[in-house]
Amino acid sequence: MNSALLIILAAIVLSAAVGIFAGRKVKMNLENWTVGGRRFGAVLIWLLMAGEIYTTFTFLGASGWAYSRGAPTFYILIYGTLAYIASFFILPAVWKFGKRFGLHTQPDFFVKRYGSRTLGIIVALIGVVSIIPYLQLQLTGLGFIVEVSSNGAICSNAAILLAFVLTCAFVFTSGIRGAAWVSVIKDILMIAAVVIVGIGVPRIYFGSHGQMFRALAEAHPGHLVFPGATADLDVLWVMTTALLTGLGFYMWPHIFGSAFSAKSAETIKRNAVIMPFYQIPILLVFMVGFTALLVIPGLKNGDLAFLELVHRTYPSWFMGFVGAAGAVTAMVPASVLVLFASTLLAKNVYQAGLRPQAGEETVLRLSRVLVLVIMGFALLFAFYLPNALVNLLLIGYDGVTQFFPGVVLGLFWGGVKRRGVFWGLMTGFVLAAVLVFTRHDPFLGMNAGFVALVINAVVTLVVSHFSRARVEDGRQMA
Amino acid sequence: MGGAMGKEVRMAKGTKIALGLALIPFLMLVLALPFINHLRPFVLGLPFLLFWIVLWIFLTPFLLMAAYWAEKKFNKGGGKGES
Repeated sequence: MNSALLIILAAIVLSAAVGIFAGRKVKMNLENWTVGGRRFGAVLIWLLMAGEIYTTFTFLGASGWAYSRGAPTFYILIYGTLAYIASFFILPAVWKFGKRFGLHTQPDFFVKRYGSRTLGIIVALIGVVSIIPYLQLQLTGLGFIVEVSSNGAICSNAAILLAFVLTCAFVFTSGIRGAAWVSVIKDILMIAAVVIVGIGVPRIYFGSHGQMFRALAEAHPGHLVFPGATADLDVLWVMTTALLTGLGFYMWPHIFGSAFSAKSAETIKRNAVIMPFYQIPILLVFMVGFTALLVIPGLKNGDLAFLELVHRTYPSWFMGFVGAAGAVTAMVPASVLVLFASTLLAKNVYQAGLRPQAGEETVLRLSRVLVLVIMGFALLFAFYLPNALVNLLLIGYDGVTQFFPGVVLGLFWGGVKRRGVFWGLMTGFVLAAVLVFTRHDPFLGMNAGFVALVINAVVTLVVSHFSRARVEDGRQMA
Repeated sequence: MGGAMGKEVRMAKGTKIALGLALIPFLMLVLALPFINHLRPFVLGLPFLLFWIVLWIFLTPFLLMAAYWAEKKFNKGGGKGES
């Protein structure tokens, strides 16, 4: 057994053990399982939110984009910052609304605010459809990282199976609390790996990051300004994409839902103030991708750039360390994704749509079973049809961002009506899907999801305006 | 309860200041992009475009801190934001 393999396996098992242990002394009910009893203080909230932000995409995708596309990848740096600013204003209000009415999920918010179960079911279904491809991406990414970094010693399917059976175990027992505690391990490993490699490789090959950028500017003059190495991702695309993803980030059901687990609105607000500092490691990830472009040009798959460069530069035990960081980096977001997907289905589709008389205990039991079912589905896709969901992934962000007008207007403007939100959401979602699937993204140089979001907001406002006279909105539809 | 939310439309002074401060990074990181899409000069070893983005990301927490204080100072109810 080689040392890399040992380190990776140890990290996966240790993480799962911490996750299972985290929920041991807590009596599990739906409130504790989904929102941690609304008791997370500043540190746990920070770890949980940070844990959700750095996914396998950060490792492989951001460096891969830097490698193969250049400057357009900077949108990642920008949108995170915009998202934290938006969260400073939006999340404390979401938290207060959730506390007041005992909400657990994002569709709960729509049901309570707009008095419509149907709207809740639609929001839940769009949420689940957006989550599942994202979950599968974590699985596939993990297999990829582990296989490359253990030098083929573990076949990727075995690694995926082990990591995700254990992830299911800690989600099942500990719920959101498990995810928050595993984030401790994840954040330490991930930041260490990114800082060491990100500062290390430009120095090793060029003496400093400044020299590396100069060499890159010589070799590929267009790479470090928009549109980089692409034809259609110009400055307008970067602007609209940063806005879309920045406003949409907290509209992901699992991230929106995580806000409920804070112990106060104040905790979330303070957290939002410091989060932008957490973007800086992404700069280091870019540097790895840029260095790779100069040192190992011509890779067919840019997403390999990070791992290939580490492989070429560092001893194999360090490769194992990077693999371990990558593995846990997939497990944490996956655990939160699967937790919220299952709660959405159990509470907001099954209970709300099919069996209103089901009690909280039934909902919790069903959610736990669905964790296994959903993870099972994601595993099947990862093993047998790894590319089947790629198209869904494309519209994940475009889809969840369409919740934005309903959430923000719902919190801050009494004039918005159920009808307006319903038609806005439908128009936005369908328009985004049509533009993306007919290959009109970018549309007139703009991100197609952003175009859909603007239309969505207009429809929401106009329809709300014209349904003002109606009284239906104050009432529960039940 | 949809109607109950209507009260929150009126905006406190602290919230206005906070929104104004928060607008700055949006201007600098989104609207300014067409004007700073340049490779040179290099600053701190970074190409200009990247330097500009990193600079404003680094400044954002300080702006948000000021926004936080503004809400605390000017909004009644001990900085509970918009409510």
